[in-house]
Amino acid sequence: MTKRLEKKHTLAIRWLHWINFPLLAMMIWSGLLIYWANPVYSIWIGNYELFRFFPPGFFEFLGVPRRLAEGLQLHFFFMWLFTANGVAYLIYLAGSGEWRSILPVPGSAKRAIRVALSEIKLVRSKPAQGKYNDAQRIAYTGVLLMGAASVITGLAIYKPLQLAWLTTLLGGYQWARWMHFWLTILFVLFFAVHVVQVVIAGWGNFRSMISGYDVVDETVSEPSVTTASGEEAKA
Amino acid sequence: MSDEKEILVEQVRDLPPRDPGERDSTAAVLGERRRLSDPMDENAARKEMRRRSLRTFLFGGATAAIGFFAWRWMPNEWKWNTFRRTFEVNEKISRFFYRPTRLAPEFSSSQISPRRVNGLAGMETELDATQWKLYIGGLFGRNTDLALSLDEIKSLPRTEMATELMCIEGWSVVVHWAGVRFSDLIGRHLPNTTDGSPPDPVNHPERLLPYVSLTTPDNGYFVGWDMPSILHPQTLLAYEMNGEPLLPEHGAPLRLASPTKYGIKQIKRIGRIEFTANRPRDYWAESGYDWYAGL
Repeated sequence: MTKRLEKKHTLAIRWLHWINFPLLAMMIWSGLLIYWANPVYSIWIGNYELFRFFPPGFFEFLGVPRRLAEGLQLHFFFMWLFTANGVAYLIYLAGSGEWRSILPVPGSAKRAIRVALSEIKLVRSKPAQGKYNDAQRIAYTGVLLMGAASVITGLAIYKPLQLAWLTTLLGGYQWARWMHFWLTILFVLFFAVHVVQVVIAGWGNFRSMISGYDVVDETVSEPSVTTASGEEAKA
Repeated sequence: MSDEKEILVEQVRDLPPRDPGERDSTAAVLGERRRLSDPMDENAARKEMRRRSLRTFLFGGATAAIGFFAWRWMPNEWKWNTFRRTFEVNEKISRFFYRPTRLAPEFSSSQISPRRVNGLAGMETELDATQWKLYIGGLFGRNTDLALSLDEIKSLPRTEMATELMCIEGWSVVVHWAGVRFSDLIGRHLPNTTDGSPPDPVNHPERLLPYVSLTTPDNGYFVGWDMPSILHPQTLLAYEMNGEPLLPEHGAPLRLASPTKYGIKQIKRIGRIEFTANRPRDYWAESGYDWYAGL
C-alpha cells in the first residue's frame, strides 16, 4: 500500500512544546511551595467544604512545607524562561501560519461538542477536521490564553503598587491571586486530559511530536492549478 | 538508504487541507495546509520513519537527560548564586520602572480588616516605652546619632492612610495607619550625600546615601531599604494603627508602614535608623528571600 510521510510538527513547534514542559512544571512546583505559606482556597458547596487545597497530608507527602523562600527563588527565575518561551511560541505561530491549525472559528464550539460526543461513542460521525479537531483547537488556544492570563495575573500580584491599575482592573490583590491559583489548577487539569488523550491517540501521534513526522495513507490527490491561460496544469 | 529518499522527505510540499470537500471545516475556513512527501511504498515509509524517529528520540532523550542531570547534580551553591543574581536583576528592572508618583489604592474605613499579628522577631523582650528614643545615624553634618523622642517625631506633619499590607506569604490586610512620612523626617533631618554635597532630598534625592538600615533596639530584627522606596509618599513611620496607638505586637512605639514592600520589610519597634552607602543587612534576605522585596 502506498504511503506518504507527513510533516506534522515543525522543529520550532517541537522544541517550544517540549521546553515548555519542564518550565511549566517548575512554575507549578514553585507555585505550590509559595502557596503552602497561605493555603486558603477550597471548593465550597454552600457552607460545606467539599475539597481543600490542599490537605496537610498532600503537602507533607510532597515535602512542600517551609520552603517559601526556595519557592520564590524558583518562581522568579523560571518566570522569565516560561514567559519568553510562551512569547516565542506566539510569535512563531503568527509568523509561520501555524495558527491556522490551532485557532478556532465561530462554528468550532458546535463541532467540538460533536467531537466530544463521538469520542464517548454517543454519535458515530465526527466533524471534518484538519490537523486538529475543533475540540483540540479550543483546548490548544485556550491553554495559550491561560498562559497569557497567568503572566498577567502574576504581574498583578508581583507588583501590586507599581502596576496598581492592573491589580485594580483584576478586582484587587486577592482576586488576582485567586485567579492565578485557579489558572494553575486548570493547567494541571489540561495536563491530565492531554496525557490521557495522547495515550489514546497512540504511538504514531506521540512519535510525531518528537520526530516531526507521521506515516499516512496516500489519499491526497495532487492539487490542480488553473493557469492564467485557463488550462489545468499539475502543480 | 539512498540520498534520493532523503531528498524525497525533505521536499515536503504544502498541499490543500485534508477535507477540501468540507468547505465549512475550521481547517478549510482558515486555509490550513498539509506538508506531505511524495508517495512511497509502505516499506520505504516505515524505514524512513524509523530512521527519523531514532535520530530525534536519541537526540531529544540525550538533551532531556543532560538537562535533568545538570539540574540534579548542579552544586546548590551555583543554584543559590543564580537565584540571588536573578533577584538582583529583577530588582534592577523593578527599580528602572519604579515611579514614586504611582500610589497604592486607599480604602474606606468600612474596608479595614481585623488585626493580624505575624512575626515577633526583635520584640521578644519587654520594652520600657519611657526610655525609648529613635536613634538616627548617617545624618549630614553629624558624627553621632541623633536621638528623637516619640513626641518630637509626632511634632512632624501627621499623615494618615488606609492601605493594603501584603505579606510575602500571600495574605493581605487593609490597615489604617497614622504617622510621619519618612520623607518628612528626611526633610527635617538631612541624611549625608554620597559626594559630600549639601543634601537636597526634594530636588536631588539621587545624591543622598542610597540605603537605609533599620533595626530593633535589641538588633534582633533588621531590614535594609533602598532610598527611592523609603522616600515614597506612602512610606510612613507609623505610631497609630486603626485609630489607636500601636500595640506592642504591632510594633509600638514606632514602626514602618508602606505598600511599597512586603510586610517583612515593615519593621516593628524601630530602635535605630542609619543612612548608609552600602546595602545593609536584612533579616529575611539572609534566609534566601529577595532583599528588595518591592511591590
